[in-house]
Amino acid sequence: MEEFLSHLTVFVLACFVGWQVIWKVTPALHTPLMSVSNAISGIILVGAMIAGGEALLDLPGKLGMVAIAFAAINVVGGFWVTQRMLGMFRKR
Amino acid sequence: MTSLPAITTVAYLVASILFILALKGLSSPATARKGNLLGIIGMFIAVGITLVQPEVQAYGRIALFAAIGGIVGGIVAKKVPMTAMPETVGLFNSFVGLAAALVSLGAFHKGGHTGTIGSIEIFLGVVIGMVTWTGSVIAFLKLNGRVSGAPITWPGRHALNMLMGIAALALGAWFVVTHEAMPLYLTVVVAGLFGILWIIAIGGADMPVVISILNSYSGWASVATGFIIGNDLLIITGSLVGASGFILSIIMGRGMNRSISSVLMGGFGEGDLEAGDAANIQAQAAARGVNIGDVEVAAELMRGSREIIIIPGYGLAVAQAQHPVRELTERLEAEGVRVRFAIHPVAGRMPGHMNVLLAEANIPYDQVLEMDSINSDFPETDVTLVLGANDIVNTDALDLPSSPIYGMPILDAYKSRTVMVVKRSLNPGFSGIDNPLFYRENTMMVFGDAREIVDAMVKELKGAAVA
Repeated sequence: MEEFLSHLTVFVLACFVGWQVIWKVTPALHTPLMSVSNAISGIILVGAMIAGGEALLDLPGKLGMVAIAFAAINVVGGFWVTQRMLGMFRKR
Repeated sequence: MTSLPAITTVAYLVASILFILALKGLSSPATARKGNLLGIIGMFIAVGITLVQPEVQAYGRIALFAAIGGIVGGIVAKKVPMTAMPETVGLFNSFVGLAAALVSLGAFHKGGHTGTIGSIEIFLGVVIGMVTWTGSVIAFLKLNGRVSGAPITWPGRHALNMLMGIAALALGAWFVVTHEAMPLYLTVVVAGLFGILWIIAIGGADMPVVISILNSYSGWASVATGFIIGNDLLIITGSLVGASGFILSIIMGRGMNRSISSVLMGGFGEGDLEAGDAANIQAQAAARGVNIGDVEVAAELMRGSREIIIIPGYGLAVAQAQHPVRELTERLEAEGVRVRFAIHPVAGRMPGHMNVLLAEANIPYDQVLEMDSINSDFPETDVTLVLGANDIVNTDALDLPSSPIYGMPILDAYKSRTVMVVKRSLNPGFSGIDNPLFYRENTMMVFGDAREIVDAMVKELKGAAVA
């Protein structure tokens, strides 16, 4: 319970930070915002490594490996396409 | 699940801050690229520190599967055209959902998570992950046209959805009490099915809201797995993404004057009705008292203007007309015309869709303005050129209380001296609503494909410049 409450605290505070930061994003960059958020949600890669990264390849290990592959698509694809997109925005 | 060594906690904290800075960078195009680089550094730190955790041992396998995913992601990122960004984001949302569901199931099979809180966490991870996954796959298929953009509805739909919700709750209770695999896997099925049936009933024009909501869900899915494996980095990052998608859906809902819940109930819109042979269109238009203009007249009028505003819509993306539009802009500027672009918040199929297309065509971003900052300039505008947009300039939103889009904020194109609407036919757009703007005295309809028409305008202007 204590552990849960400490995670809950972090969760609530992070929601507030997200709320503050995202409203400041310029509407012109809403598409890159979505693609970069795809990239950082690839952080689930970390979860997949921890949950399925043990030496023994049991069922959780197999599920973890599939999750790692999909999360890696997001990390690489998300950051890359965002960088590509942002490179197109130029001033007169 | 046990407390982490101090160095790991610090590394995760640094990664979290870098992700926040990555999002903060997006407050201006000038700082956005640097922000993105900070995000990449954050990801390297997060993955690097995770690799040295004691429970992470299978380096070979992890490297192999991460490499497969990384290569696929790289190919997608390098090749995808900007017109296809909405479905790409939809696809990426789906992967997060799938990964979250898999990690939640993995944690269940690993055992040791039998408490009430632990079971609820796993249940939520599976539900949010599955709905995000299957819902996003349907959104992806709708956005790239493999599934009809029209809402697919059937009688008793809401009752069925309600029933699935009740079933999910019952399965959740069963799972929390027994910790058995059976209710959990039944939850997988019910949640997955719900995602499909939910999104398939929502029309194409509502996709900006849908894709934002699913983006938000992908964040909450990460949060759920963060709770399951007791990892604050996942919780923080997931919350940022969840908040981001949530705020975007609020902005999109305001742009359409629709509540998010009414969008999510689905069934709105008629699908793409644009079609018909040219002769028929002309006859129909003439019968209804529409001013039909041809390209020469349009080009001549634009050439003699001082202020022009271009309003792009989804049709611009479909016709891939962004590059000809850049040429048109340059031609007109060479003639001394000031050309600017007006962007409605829900133009296109996702938030910011039009801005990216115009940026791709090398149109400077300081020439592209949001609705609120340009709407007061229409009365001083000689020509407003509407390219593949419909509902966002529909005056019914202002003065017809019975209209389904009444109250939606619009771009005040009708206030300019002349409005030119480039459209394939008079047929209503995705919302299935007629547009009185087309029948106004100061409106001139130019029928045809946006790309062909703009190309022809450019040619006309070139010819005039030579002569």
